Amino acid sequence: MTVKDVQEILGARVLTGEEFLDREVRSACGSDMMSDVLAFSKDHSVLLTGLCNPQVIRTAEMLDIVCLVFVRGKKPDETIIEMAKEREIIVLETGHRMFSSCGMLYKAGLGGGAI
Amino acid sequence: MDEAIVLTYEISPDDFTRAGEASSDVKGKLKQLGVSPEAIRKVAIAMYEGEINMVIHANGGGIRVEITPVEIKMILADVGPGIPDVEQAMKAGYSTAPDEVRSLGFGAGMGLPNMKKYTDDMTIETQLGVGTTITMTVKM
Ligand SMILES: Nc1ncnc2c1ncn2[C@@H]1O[C@H](COP(=O)(O)OP(=O)(O)O)[C@@H](O)[C@H]1O
Ligand SMILES: [Mg+2]
Repeated sequence: MTVKDVQEILGARVLTGEEFLDREVRSACGSDMMSDVLAFSKDHSVLLTGLCNPQVIRTAEMLDIVCLVFVRGKKPDETIIEMAKEREIIVLETGHRMFSSCGMLYKAGLGGGAI
Repeated sequence: MDEAIVLTYEISPDDFTRAGEASSDVKGKLKQLGVSPEAIRKVAIAMYEGEINMVIHANGGGIRVEITPVEIKMILADVGPGIPDVEQAMKAGYSTAPDEVRSLGFGAGMGLPNMKKYTDDMTIETQLGVGTTITMTVKM
């Protein structure tokens, strides 16, 4: 699916990266622990998180994540959005909680990727 | 790329939000140099974990990156407290990080094992009260 699909499924707002919404995403992971994301993420293109600090963007950068989704209405500040923008990382924000967000994407065919 | 390219960074302990800037810079430089995405990914993850460790466990320090046509070597040196038991520290899940660090998304005890996993070679020299030097190599 594309990031546009992810956005529609989650009813999400685009905070930055509007121009890249047609980018393809193949799998996703969800976590508030960046250490775990770094340890277990293989080739995920979407990261869902409830954690809201600049290290989320850095983690996404190191892993070449295409799209970040802040769940349960977390609002990243300007600095965070600016960092994402510089790195061409799309940032979405949804009111849905982590479990529901992951479930909706999974149901729509976005898997968790290789173990 | 005939001779080694050397990059050096000073890692400030004061600002957690800036941790990772050095790794980010190295990632960009490697991309410019046309290094393979797989090697870049390994370097980026390993160095980022090491950089975070220098900030949360060791009062900052210095990082030196040497890039040659055959390998990328990262030397992370700090003058922090040292690691009392390296074998234990290397275990997945072992962490002395305070809750405050965990609430920032780190401190799962996966850093050192991750650094080992993503590099072709890793050595830890450490002395209590003196500091720790971690050397990691990723083959091109
Ligand atoms: N540079 C360092 N200086 C001192 N202690 C360190 C350093 N790096 C790691 N450690 C110790 O090793 C433990 C494990 O490190 P790591 O696997 O990165 O997990 P984490 O950073 O999540 O605690 C740390 O909790 C800390 O006690
Ligand atoms: Mg660590």
